[in-house]
Amino acid sequence: MSVPLHFQTIAELAPQLASGRLSSIELTQAVIARTKAVEARVRAFNSYDETDAIDQAAASDARRAAGQSRGPLDGIPLGLKDVIAVDGQPLTASSKMLANFVSPYDATVTQKLKDAGAVLWGRLNCDEFAMGSSTENSAFGPTHNPWDLARTPGGSSGGSAAALSAGAAIATLGSDTGGSIRQPAALCSLVGLKPTYGLISRYGLIAYASSLDQIGPFARSTEDAAILLGAIAGHDSRDSTSFQTEIPDYRAELKTRRGPWKLGIPREYFGEGLDPEVGAAVEKAIAFYRAQGCEIREVSLPHTRYCLDTYYIIATAEASSNLARFDGIRYGHRSKDGKDVLDVYQKSRAEGFGDEVKRRIILGTYVLSSGYYDAYYLRAQKVRTLIRQDFLNAYREVDALITPTSPIPAFKLGEKSADPLTMYLCDIYTIGVNLAGLPALSLPCGFTKSGLPIGLQLIGQPFREADLLATAHAYEQAHDWHRRTPNL
Amino acid sequence: MNYEAVIGLEVHVQIKTHSKVFTRVAAGYGHPPNTLTDPVVLALPGTLPVMNKAALDAIIKAGLLLGCDIAPVCKWDRKQYFYPDSPKNYQISQYDQPMCLNGSVEIELPGAARNIMGEHKKIPLTRIHLEEDVGKLNHHATDSLVDYNRAGTPLMEIVSEPAMHTAEEAFAYLTSIRNTMIYGGISDCDMEKGQLRCDANISIRPVGETKLGTKVELKNLNSISFVRDGIAHEIKRQLAVVAAGGKLIQETRDYDGQTGTSQSLRSKEMAHDYRYFPDPDLMPVHVDEPWKQKLRAECPELPFDKQRRLLADYQIPYTITSVLIPDRELSDYFEATAKLAGPGRAQAAGNWIANDLLRELGAAKLPLSASKVSPQNLAALVQLIDAGTLLNAAAKEVFIEMFATGDTPAVIVARRGLAAAPTDAGELEQWCRDSIAANAKALAEFKAGKESAINAFKGPVMKAAKGKANPKLVDETLRRLLAATN
Amino acid sequence: MAQSPDLNIDRVAELARLALTPEEKARFSAQLGSVLHHIEELAKVDVTGVEPTAHAFPISNVWANDVARPGLSVERALINAPAQRDHMIVVPKVVE
Ligand SMILES: [Mg+2]
Ligand SMILES: [Zn+2]
Repeated sequence: MSVPLHFQTIAELAPQLASGRLSSIELTQAVIARTKAVEARVRAFNSYDETDAIDQAAASDARRAAGQSRGPLDGIPLGLKDVIAVDGQPLTASSKMLANFVSPYDATVTQKLKDAGAVLWGRLNCDEFAMGSSTENSAFGPTHNPWDLARTPGGSSGGSAAALSAGAAIATLGSDTGGSIRQPAALCSLVGLKPTYGLISRYGLIAYASSLDQIGPFARSTEDAAILLGAIAGHDSRDSTSFQTEIPDYRAELKTRRGPWKLGIPREYFGEGLDPEVGAAVEKAIAFYRAQGCEIREVSLPHTRYCLDTYYIIATAEASSNLARFDGIRYGHRSKDGKDVLDVYQKSRAEGFGDEVKRRIILGTYVLSSGYYDAYYLRAQKVRTLIRQDFLNAYREVDALITPTSPIPAFKLGEKSADPLTMYLCDIYTIGVNLAGLPALSLPCGFTKSGLPIGLQLIGQPFREADLLATAHAYEQAHDWHRRTPNL
Repeated sequence: MNYEAVIGLEVHVQIKTHSKVFTRVAAGYGHPPNTLTDPVVLALPGTLPVMNKAALDAIIKAGLLLGCDIAPVCKWDRKQYFYPDSPKNYQISQYDQPMCLNGSVEIELPGAARNIMGEHKKIPLTRIHLEEDVGKLNHHATDSLVDYNRAGTPLMEIVSEPAMHTAEEAFAYLTSIRNTMIYGGISDCDMEKGQLRCDANISIRPVGETKLGTKVELKNLNSISFVRDGIAHEIKRQLAVVAAGGKLIQETRDYDGQTGTSQSLRSKEMAHDYRYFPDPDLMPVHVDEPWKQKLRAECPELPFDKQRRLLADYQIPYTITSVLIPDRELSDYFEATAKLAGPGRAQAAGNWIANDLLRELGAAKLPLSASKVSPQNLAALVQLIDAGTLLNAAAKEVFIEMFATGDTPAVIVARRGLAAAPTDAGELEQWCRDSIAANAKALAEFKAGKESAINAFKGPVMKAAKGKANPKLVDETLRRLLAATN
Repeated sequence: MAQSPDLNIDRVAELARLALTPEEKARFSAQLGSVLHHIEELAKVDVTGVEPTAHAFPISNVWANDVARPGLSVERALINAPAQRDHMIVVPKVVE
């Protein structure tokens, strides 16, 4: 096969592993070699442990030799965003606060991937505590977009996107609170899925905004995304917000669920601020679906303009509370010059957190503080109800929604870091989905003239990831954007 | 001017569960430091809370026992403040939708004497909510050490209305809560182990005034007698401040039970703003009728109800009930014994339990559950005495042996030859005649109507019988002979 | 809605236990001022009679039975502790 191992999909690699033509050690070594070749330029990893990865690969090969393979993920090197706990491995959230933290437990998704036999490869960079849209807010420095190293891979799961796009992993996991999987997937030409809130356990995911966070896969194809989703989805008794629902065989359903679908175009997502090249690529994708016999309907999500404000109130409020535990007492950075406990708190947190985290903690603390709660937090929760209602109303008419994922392609590193508000606007098409708890994915739908990836967002109905993936698969089958790789 | 005190209590009760309230690591007391933790207790990054069903059952049960309205829906909120014993720097609690509202606690005030029942009243409750306990700080010369074993233990906060007026009422209130919680199996309420903790809000106001005065929060009332002493002390202090023309300030004071003094807690800590908001990690609780019904069926009779019933049904003295009632098992043991012993023998059974059984258990440092004396055997003992088969002095010996061996009294009496001697009627009559003849003074007194003078004849009879005469028979014989004597 | 975004950065930083430099206070105030200005938009939404959404999906009574399971050994529990003694976390003396 002409495609190098490190750029192949799980669906392609699994049969080779199964037949014995390829060993997990060979594959893992190929991924490690590729990582070493590109990492100095891409900087997608916060840490990795070669010996440990090879040991895992050897264990996988031994299982397979004993006839005890655990399925398509057995022996596949996967990278995890550095906000997902792996027992015995560093867990930093790309923060100085956790620079020396080693997790003494596994996240539920980690346990599930281990059960599936995956080779866990590396801790992937992100915006500090998943707060940001460019992976520039990292204590370990920014990650670079493999398609243009001067640009951001997006964020906050930028390391997960860049590593996969660069061939430094076969698939990765990220987390998405306001678009942190979908936007980097779009900016790096990958499939990125944000599942329905409650489909995947959050146990072991460092919380940013608890009512919005979901873990999800980055993959090179919808089929790989389906494989990965199947491995990590399902009810978890350790997460009270996890949903009891039947988990279908997403991979099999890809091929059996066929359109034509009724697709909605929310007019609010095609207005001011949308890059014309992005807009054109999305229009072409819509035209494709129309040509396939799908009914395309314009719909309205009237409260879209309030999504950003609602999001920043709810997310920062929850974050201000979730991040209170990082106080320098039981773990994490403790300031050397804390005179008393109050001083330890204030200095450890001042030294341990970066600017964006501090800003969000301040905003979140403010909106919850006495006298402001009703005006900000409670009101935002009510507007959230209206936003969710908009989507549910639209789903009376259509099966899914099509929008751009990001209003703009990858921007230059440093371009937006001075002004938080312009950075926040990168998420305008993605945050409504988190507020409504819906599943959505981004898939590659073209490139700008200058060669930057463009992503298409499909927004589905609660717990109907199988339909969402099938809808994306139909497009993917007829296009080859997802098969292109960056020149590195 | 005459002043009255107004007291409201916030009582924290640790719920007795196997695991913690929001994670399943074991809960417990007295374990080596930091051996009862898990990632959730330590608030490691990424961890999430999951409710403990047993803790919910327990608080609903407590609410039912205290006549509260059980909320059909309650939710969880985060109470945010930084403290080293609080791993998340927020406490999961219930802010505006607590599990229980209203209800009341029946209390009994001290009676005119130890053997007279005091006045009963009901202290209204505001609410009861569920929350999690914090860890423990151990203070040393230059630093403090934190142990998180206690962190996450289920904790019930019972908040009273400001409706008490004396330290005695507060004491009675806390006693009643403790008895009720122990009856319900909700908590052991051992204050030394921190299973029951109490803060008091105290103010004074001129009699007749309806507005509350400046409130002082008194903390660290960590034994039930400190609650009484601390509150009494604080009321006195407030009265003295006002009498001296001073002004009371709203503050928190720390009571030191050893010295009997209190001190203002002037921490430089900034004013609190708890920033309560609904915990997004936990789902609300819906309580339906079947759930409540099931728990209602498990609710025991309340201590005061039981006391009233024992007084009425068994005609035992108040003092015995006040020994029995605080201990649910002991009062159940009494009832079982009294029923087996039969009519007219309840008081004797009560006496044996309140005096002899408790004394022996105390000396052996054993709980009632470890006692070898079954209600059957104790009832049998009471019956033997009542039938005259066993004399009191001998019965004491039999009881000690019952306690040690668990044998039936009949077996012990036979083994030790302790039965009252089957005295020859003629011999007994002779001893009685001799005794009467030897004591003319007592005879004269008896004839003059002094009933108790008969006892003077009994000693010599018993002596002659070497203590083995049936006292009932002795009494009957003496009376018959006395009646026939001029 | 609050009339104007009157963010008292000193008070909020105190509550959040963040020691901020005067420069940071000025910068964050300015940056958050524009964010808060944007957020004022929410005041325009009619939310009369609208229930707040606290969770994406309304499920309730999510609990576990009271069965204790093993936790962390004390060594593992304190593996990341910045300072420990006698199996406890050391903090500067807390004055209560
Ligand atoms: Mg983002
Ligand atoms: Zn409390």
